[in-house]
Parts: sequence; structure tokens; C-alpha cells
Amino acid sequence: MPISALTGTKLRDRRLAAGLRQSDVALRAGISASYLNLIEHNRRKVTPEVMERLADALQIDRAALAEGREVALVEDLRAAAARGGAVGEGGAEVERVEDFVDRFPGWAALIASLDTRGRALERAVEAMNDRMTHDPHLSQSLHELLSSLSAVRATAAILAETPDLEPDWAARFHRNLHQDSERLAAGAEALVGFLDAGQGIDEQGIAAPQEEVEDWLRGRSWRISDADLETGLEAEIAALASTAARSLARAHLAQVRTDAARLPEAACLAALEELGPDPFLLADRFACSPLVVMRRLAEVPGLAAGLVSCDGSGTLTFRKPATGFPLPRFGAACPLWPLYAALGRPMQPFEARVQMAGQSDRRHRAIAWSESRHPQGLRGPELREAAMLILPDDGLGPVLTVGSSCRVCARGDCPARREPSILAAEGVG
Amino acid sequence: MAQHVLLIEDEPNIAEAIRFLLTRDGLRVSHAAEGASALSMLRQDPPDLVILDHMLPGMSGLEILTALRADPSNCNLPVMMLTARGRDREMAEQAGADRFMTKPFSNAEILAEVRAMLGRGSAPG
Repeated sequence: MPISALTGTKLRDRRLAAGLRQSDVALRAGISASYLNLIEHNRRKVTPEVMERLADALQIDRAALAEGREVALVEDLRAAAARGGAVGEGGAEVERVEDFVDRFPGWAALIASLDTRGRALERAVEAMNDRMTHDPHLSQSLHELLSSLSAVRATAAILAETPDLEPDWAARFHRNLHQDSERLAAGAEALVGFLDAGQGIDEQGIAAPQEEVEDWLRGRSWRISDADLETGLEAEIAALASTAARSLARAHLAQVRTDAARLPEAACLAALEELGPDPFLLADRFACSPLVVMRRLAEVPGLAAGLVSCDGSGTLTFRKPATGFPLPRFGAACPLWPLYAALGRPMQPFEARVQMAGQSDRRHRAIAWSESRHPQGLRGPELREAAMLILPDDGLGPVLTVGSSCRVCARGDCPARREPSILAAEGVG
Repeated sequence: MAQHVLLIEDEPNIAEAIRFLLTRDGLRVSHAAEGASALSMLRQDPPDLVILDHMLPGMSGLEILTALRADPSNCNLPVMMLTARGRDREMAEQAGADRFMTKPFSNAEILAEVRAMLGRGSAPG
């Protein structure tokens, strides 16, 4: 079972901090001192059983060793390296990213935030470029300005450079000049008005609207309680930077409101206690769609469930990560996710025990379901929505190794790989 | 006989200025404000040079140019395009324009280009 390279270093640090000798710890854990030495120098991977015994020997929480809050940061840095093309000879040492995050958490966070900012600025430039190129009003205004300016320039030059200009012509060109300067003034005014009325830099897409909304929800611990619905969250939504994000947030809130009407918090928690986190049992109990139940379960604090939703194109429309199950910030996700199996076969539940390649031995149970709708009636287009609930899991059974997205996925023998990974491949258990 | 320039431009004041300029330079200038009349004038009174605005109402400058080049008798007719945007140039080049003037152009530039395209020396008297 793969354990991150960081684990050995951490074990060593903890042992030294506790003032224990390698041989004593090895004895207590029931392994040889030389084996522990190899583990501590990250030269042997540790099975979960040995890990547990070592944690006990050191009297520390096993989870604290195997995982850390740095998982998301590590993932972000890998993605940054992939985007920057800084991989391979002379590039970023991707295989030592965990070591880096462990030793220089501040610098690591700075690099991740610079990468985020860089991407945001790229998006802003793209948005502005799009606008310059495709905005019909802008292009019309500019054309109008250039036309009147051309006329003014040509006419004024004739008046200035033709010494023997006949009075009739002169009068005519003066009249034209006057007309065109009026047009020029009106055109300039319209253009300034248009640019002034335009949006600020936030509006231009400094943060992608979906990320903005997700940041907001993360700040609320991904939870909008029934009490929040009572008071409304308009002030918080109004504080979001872009119109697009505010409209997404309002749509999300409307969805939560509808879901809450179907499945009120108190009833949901009571039923969850009784039936467990089975979306289909709960859906049957409340006579609602399993999608509603999955969304509600993702809001229950104690469940620590992640949730992803996608539309018929497979584009992720909602991303709540679960610990140890990082989700791609942008771009396409892993085609092996049960989410996509469900998307292809609506009204059929998919369940799989999954493990993220390269994310230690943490397992999850993924439950996916998809439905189709015809919002414009019989002859309108069919819309599909799929959701996948990601529950922490320690059960046994066959495990499907999945990734977040190809570039940062360590799975070695993946039949669904779209592009090479920047990470060293690992075998599949 | 004076050389003949067909000017296709929808802005009346620009057309008037260019017309004045070229006429004083000893050229005969006819003017069309849109595509259909321009194409019929091309047939009835074949010019030695066409000055074609890019942005025209109805048929665009590019469409006129394509139609013009489709006629074998016009495939060597020199065409100067008046464009506002740099990126229009590439498309105009592909459609068969010989020269470009970017708005706002100066009178001296227009005159010099027209003379060069018609193979004339400096201005007569």
C-alpha cells in the first residue's frame, strides 16, 4: 500500500522529538531496526498494519502521520508544475513535492497562490481579449470613430494643403468638417460611456465564477442551514465579486431551498441516524430524488462527505472535495469515476470503493446516480444531471484506483489515460 | 484619356474627399456606396483601379472583392482596400487585395499608393 514519501520523514521527526531510539521503537512495533531505518529514510513503503503499529509505538495518531492538511496544497503544487510545464529534467522536483510542502509550508502556499493568481489573470486577459474581439458594440463604436476621423483628416488636409481651393469647394469641405467633428464627438462620447459602464476587473473574470462560489461555500464549511435559509444570505452573496458568481450563488441557494423543503434538516438527520447514508433508502422515505438526498447529505457536518455533480457534457457543476479525495480545480476529471458510469446510464445506481492514486491508503465509497429532465417538454432537449457522493470508507473489498485528473494522477496502468502524468507511475493494488 | 478609379465607400464625406483629391491629380473617379451598384459599374465602365472600403452595409468589402476576382477579366485589376483593423488584412489578402490603407489614412499616403498602383510618376502640373 503506498504511503507518501513524507511519512518516513515524519516518523523520524516524531521519534526524535519523543527522544526514542530506533531500536526501541522497532522492537515495540515488532519490526527490525534496519527495516525501520529504511522506512524513516523513505526507502521502503509501509503497509497500513505496520503503520498502525508504528503509530502506537510512538503514541501518535495514525491519521496525523498518513495524511495532513497539506494534501490539497500538494495537489495544487503538482497541478501548478503540470501547467507550468516545469516537469522533467531541470524542472520542478515533482517527486519531492511533499518534502517541500513539509519543510517550507509558507513558500509552498505562496507558490500555490501565485499559480492561482496567474491563472486568474490569464482568464481576465482572455475575457478582455474576447470582449475586444467579439463585442459588437465596441467594434461598431470603434468603426464609427475611425470613419469620422478618416473623413476629418482627409477633409482638413484638403483645406490646409490646397492653396487655390475654389470657394464653393471650401464651403462644402467646411460643412463636411463640421458634420464629421460632430459625429466624432458623439462617437467618442458613446465609446467612453460604453467603457465606463463596463465592468471592473473582478467582473472580467479574475476568479472563475464557480471557484468564487466554491470559496464562499468553503468559508461556510459547505453548509447552508435551514436557519440560514430563513434569514437569507443576500448580504454574503452581494459581497461576491462578479455578477456571474452572484447569479451562480443565488441559483445554488434556490436549489438548497428547494431541497430543504423536500428534506428538512431535522428530519434528514433523524432518518440518517436510522437508515444510514444510503441515498436510495432516504429518497424512498422522503419520496424525493436521490440527487436531492445526495446534496443534503453533503451538507451534514459529521458525515465528511464530498460531492461532485456534472451535466450531460461531463462538465463538473459542483465540487465539494472530501479529505483525501482532491478534485480537479479546472479541466476534465477522471473518466473512471463512477459519476461518469452513472451519467451514461440514468436511473441506475453505481457504487464503488475507490482510492485516489498516490493518496496513501485512504479509501472512499463513491455512490453515483443520474437523472434526465425535459424542461422544454416532450420535444425539447434532454438534460442530464449526475451526482457522486464521496463517503469516507474503511471497509474491505476490491478497490478501484482513480485519479483527480490525468496530469496529476499516479496510476500506472490506466486504460483511460488521456495524457501522460507528471508523477512517477505507481502500480495498482 | 484619364485613368479611371472606382471608389466603393459608404461614408459620403470620405468619398467626397478622396474623389476631390484624385480628380485634382488628373484621374477620373466614379463612386459607389454599396456592393450591387459597385459590381454593375465594374461591368459597365471598367476601371483601372478599385478603392474598396472593408466595412460596407449589405455586401461587405470582402464579398465584393471575392465576386470581383471571380470574374476572369478582373483578376489582374489592382484593388486597394481601406481597412480599420489589422486582423482584417489577412482575410483581405487571401481574397485578393493588392494594397491596404488603414483608417485614418493621410491624403499624401493615398495619393502615393494610387500613383504607384497605376504606374504613374509624380503628379502632373
